[in-house]
Amino acid sequence: MKVSKITSLGLFVALAMILSFIEHQIPPLVSVPGIKLGLPNVAIVFVLYGIGEKEAVAVSLVRLLLVSMLFGSMMSLMYGAAGAVLSLTVMILLKKSGKFSYVTVSVTGGVCHNIGQIAVACFVTKTSELLYYLPVLLISGTVAGVLIGLLAGIVIKRMEKQKKQ
Amino acid sequence: MKRRDILLIGGILLVALVLFLFLQLGKQPGAEVIIRVDGQEQGRYSLSADGSYSLNSGTNLLRIENGKAYMEEANCPDHYCMRQGQISRTGETITCLPNKLTVTVSGGENFAEIVG
Repeated sequence: MKVSKITSLGLFVALAMILSFIEHQIPPLVSVPGIKLGLPNVAIVFVLYGIGEKEAVAVSLVRLLLVSMLFGSMMSLMYGAAGAVLSLTVMILLKKSGKFSYVTVSVTGGVCHNIGQIAVACFVTKTSELLYYLPVLLISGTVAGVLIGLLAGIVIKRMEKQKKQ
Repeated sequence: MKRRDILLIGGILLVALVLFLFLQLGKQPGAEVIIRVDGQEQGRYSLSADGSYSLNSGTNLLRIENGKAYMEEANCPDHYCMRQGQISRTGETITCLPNKLTVTVSGGENFAEIVG
């Protein structure tokens, strides 16, 4: 791995951590647990498209571990890990298929993140009624995914311009 | 955005809508709430009698009023459970993830649900 690559991946981990922190500061709009914008995903989607798949996985997992250690708990690590692994897997598969735009990839990422988290929540509380949250989470995940995808798209375009100059 | 993208996103929203309708239609006015901690049933309280109940050796305080149950107090840091509002229809659930506690409305006579 080149030094420049290590440096930029470190930067993206830091960026994703800052975005996590900012997101933690936003008070929840509604009372359903799990509804959130997914700001750190901007960095992940950007790395996925700008650098590569393996790198996106690395940045996502390192961010998750560090953020859980700093602000979270063992539980938040479990929820986050389930969401992150599922969402990364599906995003990479869709991206590799080459048939979908990055907004759609980001949407499926957001939705899968929610599905992973609710699966862990059902498992932890051993209560299947938590599935009642799923429709709401699917919709909120879609909306958040569109916003994050558009944002990542803007950043990708601007970075390409910067590179050319 | 291509046709495929719209189809996929539309598909997700359609699944959400169908699931939502399916879950809403199954709801009926409930008779009691079941308290579970870590999946283990801890107790049942009738929705027809008003009262406050201390749950899970004091981590949460449940209030039942006018046939509706809500979380009055909780010792968890996020207080999501207190913001989840009032529940009164079957299947509706208040969740307190930090305490692994759930409060679920039940019809009271449904044997399958009692066993499950």
